[in-house]
Amino acid sequence: MKHDSQGYWQATLGLLTKVLIIWFLVSFGAGILFADLLNGIHLGGYPLGFWFAQQGSIYVFIALIFWYAKKMGEIDRRFDVHED
Amino acid sequence: MDLQTTIYLVVGASFALYIGIAIWSRAGSTSEFYVAGSGVNPVMNGMATAADWMSAASFISMAGLISNMGYGGGLFLMGWTGGYVLLAMLLAPYLRKFGKFTVPQFIGDRFYSKSASTVAVLCLLVASLTYIIGQMTGVGVAFSRFLGVSSDVGIYVGMGIVFLYAVFGGMKGITYTQVAQYVVLILAYTIPAIFISLQLTGNPIPQLGLGSNLSGQDISLLAKLDQVVTELGFGKYTTSLPGSTLNMFVYTMSLMIGTAGLPHVIMRFFTVPKVSDARLSAGWALVFIAILYTTAPAVAAMAKTNLVRTITPGVVLGKADPFAADAAIKYDERPDWMKRWEKTGLLKFTDKNGDGRIQYYNDATKSADIKAKMDAAGWKGNELSVNADIIVLANPEIALLPNWVIALVAAGGLAAALSTAAGLLMAISAAISHDLVKGIFKPDISEKGELMAGKIAMALSIVVAGYLGLNPPGFAAGTVALAFGIAASSLFPAIMMGIFSKKMNKEGAIAGMLSGLFITLFYVFAHKGIFFIKGTEYLGVIGGANSFFGITPEAFGAIGALVNFAVAFLVDKVTKEPPEHIQHMVEAVRIPRGSKAVDGAH
Repeated sequence: MKHDSQGYWQATLGLLTKVLIIWFLVSFGAGILFADLLNGIHLGGYPLGFWFAQQGSIYVFIALIFWYAKKMGEIDRRFDVHED
Repeated sequence: MDLQTTIYLVVGASFALYIGIAIWSRAGSTSEFYVAGSGVNPVMNGMATAADWMSAASFISMAGLISNMGYGGGLFLMGWTGGYVLLAMLLAPYLRKFGKFTVPQFIGDRFYSKSASTVAVLCLLVASLTYIIGQMTGVGVAFSRFLGVSSDVGIYVGMGIVFLYAVFGGMKGITYTQVAQYVVLILAYTIPAIFISLQLTGNPIPQLGLGSNLSGQDISLLAKLDQVVTELGFGKYTTSLPGSTLNMFVYTMSLMIGTAGLPHVIMRFFTVPKVSDARLSAGWALVFIAILYTTAPAVAAMAKTNLVRTITPGVVLGKADPFAADAAIKYDERPDWMKRWEKTGLLKFTDKNGDGRIQYYNDATKSADIKAKMDAAGWKGNELSVNADIIVLANPEIALLPNWVIALVAAGGLAAALSTAAGLLMAISAAISHDLVKGIFKPDISEKGELMAGKIAMALSIVVAGYLGLNPPGFAAGTVALAFGIAASSLFPAIMMGIFSKKMNKEGAIAGMLSGLFITLFYVFAHKGIFFIKGTEYLGVIGGANSFFGITPEAFGAIGALVNFAVAFLVDKVTKEPPEHIQHMVEAVRIPRGSKAVDGAH
């Protein structure tokens, strides 16, 4: 059976790019590069930049992986390359 | 019941549990031995991966490091978790589809070259062996502190336990034991944290407690901590940087790609039934890791607060002046836990100004204003040194928790060290028996013969690891940086290019791996000596310490990875394309359909 393997790979890379941008923004962006700026804002007793570096980025990472797994499952089925 | 008996009971019960699980799940085939027959449920696999990943360093040392570094300690938190996002998307599902037992096997097949797979075996062995030394020493320390035996006896007992369940159970035994070890270690970490968070902030969830106000005060814990440590001359807790922003950036990146490239972690994803399970399993692993990793910063900041509060009660609980003559407690009136830890040498007090009180502050502060106040108060230097490693272990004692909690922490520390040691041994034994013996020296070996070779390789690695644990080379501490540096600069880029570039050829991959490895070793050895031998540092050659834009050697793996990618693409451009069937293989690896049980056949 012939699949549209090029289309499948384009869709996969598109999703990858989105996930990597968010991954970079929460950790390297909010947690490091813009931490000083964000520290002016407070989340409860947490300065926001500090929160991203020591708490927030980890929560976003988890959400990202599950979101990625779900989206990949949809892409697999759309291009009919899923398992069983 | 006294403390010692309670510890023996709890630790003994946990060991009995691990061995019982190993007997129940003996491995009968190479597939069960290497990858647990690829039949592990993704949630269970996530839990096992979490135990595998969280070593004695995560359990015992990390919170202490963060406690000293403040905000900058976030690089460990982000670095050691962010790697799982990369693993889940860039490596795990594709390697699972590829369907072989080991990482060097993928590199060897994809780059159609025995040399490539041999280079990969070499990187794997160096990275895993350096890592395992630390685990064995961790086992020794935990045993000697809690069981009252010598560190050497502790290592022998640890070797025996790992031997029993790793050699007979293989990956199957290790996986189910690690699930049990995860449960033990996570309870041991979170229970004391919950109690301490309640005491300090009235909020039982440490992750929320860290963002709450101190009990009975209208100032948040972090704001108070910032204020107190700044007065004592330390960097502000919520902003203090490790070196520079650039160094923190590169350090975090190195830990992330190092995590994604460490073979004993990657191998865990070969044990799940399907490609889609490999993606999910990385998510579950991170959930289980995050329970500890989001608790750690709370433990760190609260331990720092508790330490300062113990020494200068009025300053933390009220608005007392830390420079007043009676601000610090008298040494003779110190709490019992300090006395106990003084015996281990990890907590030390010297009365430099002879006033009988404990002055704890940063005597190297750069602020002239604070220096003047310290001089006026008649302080003659910091009088208390606290080893970072005692923060987690002493936590339940500092908070005056019951004996069973202290015993649980002992069992948790041992679980963390043993589970990681077992995972590393698995990766080493698979590389030796499968990639070297079967792949290169004796390709016609029978399954039974290979299984035996695997068990012998593992038994030998346990002896080597035990020997290195008993006679730790002087460089043990520096080598963890090397393990991550190697994984980041050699293995991660090679695997990634193998999947994401159809045209990458063997010349490019080998040149990339070697140059990434070489440049990283060159920079690390310049700081720490050639093969960590003292006196052979050559900082002059590279123009002084951290001469590359102020980047520390621990953080250099990311630069090595960049060099790897760049060299690989340049060499690839001037050499010929990989053969047709390899390009088809890459296409097949990219789609999930047609995945089969991992079988390892060559």
